[in-house]
Amino acid sequence: MSSLLGSPQPTDSPAGWQSGAILQVSDLSVDYIMERGIVRAVEDVSFDVSPGEFVGIVGESGCGKSTLLFAIAQLLAPPATVSGGSVIFKGKNLVGLTDKKLAAIRWQDMSVVMQSAMNALNPVTSIGAQFKDAMRAHGVTSKEQIAERSAEVLKMVGIDPLHLKSYPHQLSGGMRQRSMIAMAMLFTPELVIMDEPTSALDVVAQRSLMIQIKELQQELGFAVIFVTHDMSLVRHFTDRLLVMYAGQVAELGATRQVFETPLHPYTAGLMDAFPSIRGPKVPLTGIPGSPPNLANPPAGCRFAPRCPKVMDICRTTAIPLYSVDGVQVRCLLYGNEEARG
Amino acid sequence: MRFVLRRIGFFVVTLWVALTLNFALPRLMPGNPAQVAIANHRGVIPPGALKALEAQFGLDNHQNIVLQYLKYLVDVVTGKWGVSLTTQPGNSVAHVVLGALPWTVGLVGVTTVLAFILGTGIGIVSAWRRGGPLDSILPPLFVIITVVPYFFLGLVLILIFGVKLHWLPYFFTYNYTLTPGFNWTFIGNVLEHAILPGFTLLITTIGTWILTMRNNMITTLAEDYVRMARAKGLPGWRIMLDYTARNAILPNLTGFAMSLGFVVGGAILIEEVFNYQGLGWLLLQAVNNDDYPLEQALFLLITVAVLVAILLSDIATAVLDPRTRGSR
Repeated sequence: MSSLLGSPQPTDSPAGWQSGAILQVSDLSVDYIMERGIVRAVEDVSFDVSPGEFVGIVGESGCGKSTLLFAIAQLLAPPATVSGGSVIFKGKNLVGLTDKKLAAIRWQDMSVVMQSAMNALNPVTSIGAQFKDAMRAHGVTSKEQIAERSAEVLKMVGIDPLHLKSYPHQLSGGMRQRSMIAMAMLFTPELVIMDEPTSALDVVAQRSLMIQIKELQQELGFAVIFVTHDMSLVRHFTDRLLVMYAGQVAELGATRQVFETPLHPYTAGLMDAFPSIRGPKVPLTGIPGSPPNLANPPAGCRFAPRCPKVMDICRTTAIPLYSVDGVQVRCLLYGNEEARG
Repeated sequence: MRFVLRRIGFFVVTLWVALTLNFALPRLMPGNPAQVAIANHRGVIPPGALKALEAQFGLDNHQNIVLQYLKYLVDVVTGKWGVSLTTQPGNSVAHVVLGALPWTVGLVGVTTVLAFILGTGIGIVSAWRRGGPLDSILPPLFVIITVVPYFFLGLVLILIFGVKLHWLPYFFTYNYTLTPGFNWTFIGNVLEHAILPGFTLLITTIGTWILTMRNNMITTLAEDYVRMARAKGLPGWRIMLDYTARNAILPNLTGFAMSLGFVVGGAILIEEVFNYQGLGWLLLQAVNNDDYPLEQALFLLITVAVLVAILLSDIATAVLDPRTRGSR
């Protein structure tokens, strides 16, 4: 399997994950090229996704999580461009591939579910027509086959196939989001990239949708990259967690481990910002301040201005990722444990 | 279907209101054409001829107003629009209007449709290839041409291609020495006469469609569903047409329908500059010569045409945009 991966991986990429990863993101950087200068929205992000794995990406608004997703899916539009690194999906580097070559991989092997289904479904064509054009773009032309598969995936997410004839505006928010997920299942891809698929829904619809996604994932075995700002969703549904701050990886590790022993002060702050249903009453603290402007990021640790455990050295030194018991963390508190990894 | 019926109902009511206003306005004003005629020709027409003139103009003021109104409605619907007073004295207005109608529809109508199709097409492609060679040349060029007054451009073209080069005819709808008929000589001659005015209209109106369509496209290209179409791996032309253009064209449909409605009004200046004897030219003649029945008929025709165009645009929007098909 590793021979498929082409060039050897950079040494600082998160090691310890199976070489059978279907997706390897290495040192990925994304720049927004503006008239006033270049803004690096994603900087040197590396992580792997194994087949069937559920990876969560969390962070505040504007931390670059959606940009990272679109960079992985090669869906960036100007002024955003990938300025470095690679995205190796099933052994092929997607960065720099032409649209024609990407088209073969898209939807069949990797599909995308977007933040707001209201805007992500074409308002002027029916749900069925939007299923159909995806299938026809990938060589499925038989009418019966298209009708059969469309009905099948819609049933999978619990929607009556009658709604193939419906237009997006005729469906409720939850149904639209479900039909988007159904559309993403058309070819049973190996990786589904989800950008806050539940954030437009109320809590009840959110939960039932998440359970549905999890069930589908266990049944069909696809891997998921799931972006959200909702820590409670991440806790229950993901296997691994990537905490992003100001365009960088702050912490990356197994979800349970990260929740039990959050290493990065930012991760700990995120946890404290959510109430726990059980246990003693604890005042919610949150994180004072707001993320830095990426056009002019702090010289040292980007979290330093808001960090409760900040040291003088944090403000001046760029901080690498350290490995602590299999968890990657970008914090000087763990600098001395670097050697063991 | 219910939507279409509702729109047709709305159309009928609006039309009725327009017809009624057309009937009421002249009668609310003091005086009438017969009195004006007598006043204009003081001393020539004896005041005693008022009754005779009124009868001749069809101004039966002494009849019951309701009966007048009903007779008016019947006359309008059956094409009894009266007699032209000065433009083509004695000819029925319906005859005069029908004689000019095909020329205007042929010239202004065809160029309006052509400008919309070409402009929309160029707008689509230049937005899709934003910053490409087409996008860098055509939109700016047409912005400049659009602000040139079209009668002025017409005069320049007449000077160059008509007067100096003798390549193309530049007045009348066809060479009057020919007998109108369904043969190539005549049709070719008609087309030849339409080239200069048609071209002038086309290049001065196309810019608006290019610009608006390009801007709509660029806004739509930023929509999530366009990104989604890319994620689905659809071929580029499908994303461009089915996802982007299909949505971007919707705001332009109403504008297009309105401009189709105003086709019937003719392009007054163009028809005047090229002596092209269509409805616009006729309207100018009627206004200059105080030909009331003809004026009234033309204004009414414009009203009806705009209403029909709006009806068509409503139906087209309903076909293209399912969101408008709701119960409302």
